[in-house]
Amino acid sequence: MRDSLRRLAARASEEGLLDVAYTSADSPFGPLLLAATPRGLVRVGLPNQEPEQLLEELARRVSPRVLEAPAALDEARRELDLYFEGRLRDFELPLDWRLSDGFRLRVQEAIAAIPYGETRTYMEMAEAAGNERAVRAAGTACGRNPLPLVVPCHRVLRSGGGLGGYGGGLEMKRGLLALEGTLDR
Amino acid sequence: MSSLPPFQTLLDAHAGEVMALLRGAVGREGAEDCFQDTFLAALRAYPELEDGRNLRGWLVTIAHRKAVDHHRSRGRRPVPVAEVAEAAVPGPEPGEGVWESVGTLPPKQRAAVTLRYACDLPHAEIAAALGCSPEAARRSLHEGIKRLRRELA
Repeated sequence: MRDSLRRLAARASEEGLLDVAYTSADSPFGPLLLAATPRGLVRVGLPNQEPEQLLEELARRVSPRVLEAPAALDEARRELDLYFEGRLRDFELPLDWRLSDGFRLRVQEAIAAIPYGETRTYMEMAEAAGNERAVRAAGTACGRNPLPLVVPCHRVLRSGGGLGGYGGGLEMKRGLLALEGTLDR
Repeated sequence: MSSLPPFQTLLDAHAGEVMALLRGAVGREGAEDCFQDTFLAALRAYPELEDGRNLRGWLVTIAHRKAVDHHRSRGRRPVPVAEVAEAAVPGPEPGEGVWESVGTLPPKQRAAVTLRYACDLPHAEIAAALGCSPEAARRSLHEGIKRLRRELA
């Protein structure tokens, strides 16, 4: 049965019927859910997020043609593995931004440009997205980041130096900042 | 906006049953091709599906069509047999245990039983699918059920 399902995913991909491919991937913080469209990585689910809910959301917002297809996410998994080992600073895989738009998308694009090993404040992100007074909205945009880790919202902190929030939990945020050598710096 | 579940949940829930059904209907060798054809056809049509309430029934219907296509494309020739009286036979509830036993029946009985009880085809259509007379289809069905009863008793 496993072979049959693998063959099905491969044929679906060949025939352009694999709208959303997903797999789970190990990380030091627990299992991640990775999902991609033919355009690129579309969703990263953190260990504390329910995979079923994320997949239902993808079915609703992208396409119900959602299939488990690990091969389609080999590159994403490879880059994330290297990142967690501290051997990759910049992700190169293509991203599909379709789950965001407007101000949120601008904030998230600004987050994507924060270099490895650096941090920014929510206010700086609001400013970068074109509205320095929309600090709260910038915080929401960080929280709604569909591509955490790859779009490094863990690098956004409070102006006073506080950690702020994180979709994957503060312990994970602290762990990621420690990995990048920016914790309590 | 559609509220269809991710297609993978259909596979998780029904792939085993569909495969067992197809093994019953067309045999182990043809089942893999029919399985692929069934789920590719389902995947192609899925986003346009208007009623997502009976997804299992929808998949079984597609599988049955693929099984019928399979038999037709093999162009089975009619097999003349003596007419037999039809006995009313209660159908087995679909379940993988039963289908495994169905899989052990001789090919014609296996196909007849599956097309009748899994795909809910009338005798005339079973006959057309198998390329035999309706009487022969009835007979295969009857013999198949008799044998299953003995095995499952």
